Amino acid sequence: MSFWDDVFDFSDYGALIALLHNSLIAGALLGLIGGLIGVFVMMRDLSFAVHGISELSFAGASLALLVGVDVVAGSVVGSLAAALIFGLLGVRARERSSIIGVLMPFGLGLGVLFLSLYRGRAANRFGLLTGQIVSVDDPGLVWLSAVSVVVLVALAVMWRPLMFATVDPEIAAARGVPVRALSPIFMVILGLTVAMSVKTIGALLVLALLVTPAAAAMRVTVSMLWVPVLSVVFATVSMVGGILLALGGRLPISPYITTISFAIYLACRVAGRVRARRGWSARPAPPRRDEGRRSVTEGADGTDFVPA
Amino acid sequence: MQTSGDGAAVVQPVDAAAPILELSDAGLAYGERFLWRQLDLAVRPGEFIAVLGANGSGKTSLLRAILGEQTLTTGSIRVAGRPVRRGGRQVAYVPQRISIDPVAPIRARDLVRLGLDGHRWGPGLWNAASARRQVDALLESVGAKDFAEAPVSLLSGGELQRVRIAEALAGDPSLLLCDEPLAALDLAQAQTVVSLLDGRRRARGTAILFVTHDINAVLEVADRVLYLAGGRFRLGRPDQVLTSAGLTELYGAPVDVFHTRGRVIVVAASDPGAGVHGSHHGTHQADHDARSEPAHTRGPE
Repeated sequence: MSFWDDVFDFSDYGALIALLHNSLIAGALLGLIGGLIGVFVMMRDLSFAVHGISELSFAGASLALLVGVDVVAGSVVGSLAAALIFGLLGVRARERSSIIGVLMPFGLGLGVLFLSLYRGRAANRFGLLTGQIVSVDDPGLVWLSAVSVVVLVALAVMWRPLMFATVDPEIAAARGVPVRALSPIFMVILGLTVAMSVKTIGALLVLALLVTPAAAAMRVTVSMLWVPVLSVVFATVSMVGGILLALGGRLPISPYITTISFAIYLACRVAGRVRARRGWSARPAPPRRDEGRRSVTEGADGTDFVPA
Repeated sequence: MQTSGDGAAVVQPVDAAAPILELSDAGLAYGERFLWRQLDLAVRPGEFIAVLGANGSGKTSLLRAILGEQTLTTGSIRVAGRPVRRGGRQVAYVPQRISIDPVAPIRARDLVRLGLDGHRWGPGLWNAASARRQVDALLESVGAKDFAEAPVSLLSGGELQRVRIAEALAGDPSLLLCDEPLAALDLAQAQTVVSLLDGRRRARGTAILFVTHDINAVLEVADRVLYLAGGRFRLGRPDQVLTSAGLTELYGAPVDVFHTRGRVIVVAASDPGAGVHGSHHGTHQADHDARSEPAHTRGPE
């Protein structure tokens, strides 16, 4: 049996797809909420926080596996705890990074401990870290759908104030946007999304869903409408495409998802470079790009107004 | 004429113009040290007031107090006759630091749109057409139409500052607080921004409180100057405040004020900590000589 037989094997494909009906719906839902959340993850510079939350989510899920309660519930508890700690303690970026850096290995260590104590099926263990294509059962899909609705409604309600608070916190605060309160609220939404993703794509690779699609979208457009739309499209294509491909092989699902996601990112980088050379919209790409950037970042070390 | 209960005549002023901003006996202290105290200031619609003072003299704190983000130690602030509160619609703010992330996927137009309705809840997908018209008008009013679609990361400092003024003006405020909006700009850009603000207050009666370290940039348009130093202040017309005698009294140390070629140069003779406000753009020689001020960061301005 060759390597490629492990990677792609499309015999009996039709019968398998019918079995994975739920997984495909789950993939599409995750693509939708992951792609939207990813826009704010990028703009608020929370990539590292996402990674930290996913490791603590992994610890929660492993504990749940060990004591025999619902894995998703454990993963949600772990995620929310991490998200709240990061959101409340780490208001400033540097402070937050150090807290994440301290908590993340601890969470991973706890997860490894719980898993090594666990005496059940080995596939369950690896699944938490690297994702698995177990057909999502009906209760699982209900969980995911409910959480997706919560996330979508929350995002719809706070989209504009959150964007304002993210882009220009000082003017937003002066306009009455509750800049500080929005930060922990967003972290909770983010925590829920991470917890949902961990089960499918695995704790180690959540970033491929929550960061890469939005990062790719930002390479090709600056429109406040098209960035979220493209991000959702990229995330959904990665998720659903990854599931469809994984179906025909013996490997875990995550390499497929991460590879598609990364390929889209590369393509967008190339496209973005072409576009930058041609110039954005009516305005030609100026040779003084560096000058413009400098003036934008000037004084970013301020302590007076702290973007929450 | 009305007569009140106790028989005293109550005269309603006919020339209207009730102050948009009133500070009475306002004082702000961090610990024991007062940044300023007993400050009485009434700003009428359309007035342009320059706020000067050394680093740490409490200029930014004054703006934050008027925004309701900083509680006064003594006294009170009223905006349009009501006690100040956070996020009031009457007051808009153009901050000092340009802290927009250079990778943010935001065009100039989007920034103004956020200023228009970014504080509202909901996704804002409705009435996009009317919002677009308003954003266009705002961009036009600050001369930013040519780069409306450009990402903010590609704008020059002056262009970005104009867009942010449009963003701040989007809520149609009665009072605009500007915290060193000229800090990163060259002379031509600074003049564009100042004449923009001057035009706005004349056309729409928007009062402007303009914090700056360079009085010369706004000397021609400023109605009054509020000069903060050492826990005290002077308030009055520029020619009243910017005098050697006046500033010497304010600082309690010799200060010389030179008027040359329509510019004002303030030189602190013996107390460099007092801070100086040399000509920022015009005479560079004087500027460098005057900038002997060491870091004067006692106050958490």
